[in-house]
Amino acid sequence: MSALNHAPPHWTRLVLGADPIRRAIYIVGMMPAASTFHLALTDALGADPQKTLERTLGLWALRFLIIGLAISPLRQIGGPNLTRWRRTVGLLAFYYAVMHLSVYMMLDQGLAWSVIWADIVKRPFITVGMLAFTLLVPLAVTSNTTMIKRLGGVAWNKLHRLVYAAAALAVLHFVMLVKSWTFELALYCALIAGLLLFRLIMSLRKPQRASRRQPA
Amino acid sequence: MVKRFPSGIAPSEITPRAVYLRRRDFVAGALSAGLIGTMAPLMPANATPLQFSKSAFSTTEPPTPRKDVTTYNNFYEFGTDKGDPAAYAHTLTTKPWTVKVGGLVGKPGDYDVDDLIRNTALEERIYRMRCVEGWSMVIPWVGVPLADILKRLEPQGSAKYVAFETLVRPAEMPGQRGLFQPLPWPYVEGLRLDEAMHPLTILAVGLYGEILPNQNGAPIRLVVPWKYGFKSIKSIVRISLTEREPPTSWSKQNPREYGFYSNVNPQVDHPRWSQATERRIGESGLFVKRRPTLMFNGYADEVASLYAGMDLKANY
Repeated sequence: MSALNHAPPHWTRLVLGADPIRRAIYIVGMMPAASTFHLALTDALGADPQKTLERTLGLWALRFLIIGLAISPLRQIGGPNLTRWRRTVGLLAFYYAVMHLSVYMMLDQGLAWSVIWADIVKRPFITVGMLAFTLLVPLAVTSNTTMIKRLGGVAWNKLHRLVYAAAALAVLHFVMLVKSWTFELALYCALIAGLLLFRLIMSLRKPQRASRRQPA
Repeated sequence: MVKRFPSGIAPSEITPRAVYLRRRDFVAGALSAGLIGTMAPLMPANATPLQFSKSAFSTTEPPTPRKDVTTYNNFYEFGTDKGDPAAYAHTLTTKPWTVKVGGLVGKPGDYDVDDLIRNTALEERIYRMRCVEGWSMVIPWVGVPLADILKRLEPQGSAKYVAFETLVRPAEMPGQRGLFQPLPWPYVEGLRLDEAMHPLTILAVGLYGEILPNQNGAPIRLVVPWKYGFKSIKSIVRISLTEREPPTSWSKQNPREYGFYSNVNPQVDHPRWSQATERRIGESGLFVKRRPTLMFNGYADEVASLYAGMDLKANY
């Protein structure tokens, strides 16, 4: 038994961490990416595989942002407390955003930096998308226990409120690129608006409660 | 003046007139030799082969695979996803099909679609198709010049535009039902009369040598190859000649982004994206490279004169 304790940790433990639930979230969360890349490479993504791949990855980034944003409200309305795995979900959203952006830059634009830069400056929907991605970068970089300790809980929480803006910009990026509204798009907008509004209402209610507690 | 032959076509590629005039003998010969018959197993079930002649207006670029042309469609009457038309359009009833002809014509009336194109020889036209979204295809249409049909309907001297309308039939068109309908129905489109009379403009009834599949706009659709795809209205039920510019669906929906003309123009960007390049569907799959978009979708030699002196930035 003691020999086992001294053995170097398996690589999966280094990459995915020790928590089996977190590992499961990573593995399940990466399945849509694995599936869509597999379909893309086997020419099974339809007539316009590049666009489908780009859209699918972007959509999953948005979905994981929504799941991440739903975790606190779920706890506050009396549901299970999943806060422990919120960072994992947030990182999944970031990884999908990285893949989405990479497909756009490498496959769609063929790393033509001048065209990409012109797109970012000239095309509002790309400006908004890039802004959303940029906001996610500091969150992803600080999504580890070392950084939480270094920043301190209060500052870390404050920094990570950037995710509200990132989510709003991400769904705006989606709204701005479609030709007309669809049920799917309306649903994503409603979910993000609802989750952000919930936080606004909660934050407006808190000071009232505090003032009631003040001595007369 | 319209040049009859595009500059890209070598005289050697053009069928000699003597051979062209005997084209029906050739088709009959091929039929009796069983050549056309042996092709049948290669065609999908229910496909009806059409008889047609080739056209000098066809491009020599390789056509986009049939599978892509028939499964990647914008036909919002069946849903906004590009797979929706192929999934839902098969239930559309296209027989009988009446086209109402009205407005400033000498011969208005309700025409059965077969009567409308009867006595007009079918031609294959292999055209580039550029979607406003930034992708393109090469499509072998089979159809008739719109000019031939219009002439027979006898446009009046005051007629300056042609207006078209698509079928409204929510029972068979799921995109016309429910809460989120992307456009007001019917879908309407229009052309200036000289654009409509241009020899490149056709009414298509076939694709890849067969009857037009429903998802591609059966039984009869417009094809205007130098304009963005949405101008080429599908499943037409009404054709009217008018004196005033008719309303068109996308420019009603968003006049800032879509104009009446909607000519393919790499120099005039869509307000939200560049129109300078396009992805050719079915070309090297995932690793497809963008190609430059050509003025008037490569038909400038034939159609630029229609817009002489016009500010194409203002008349987008």
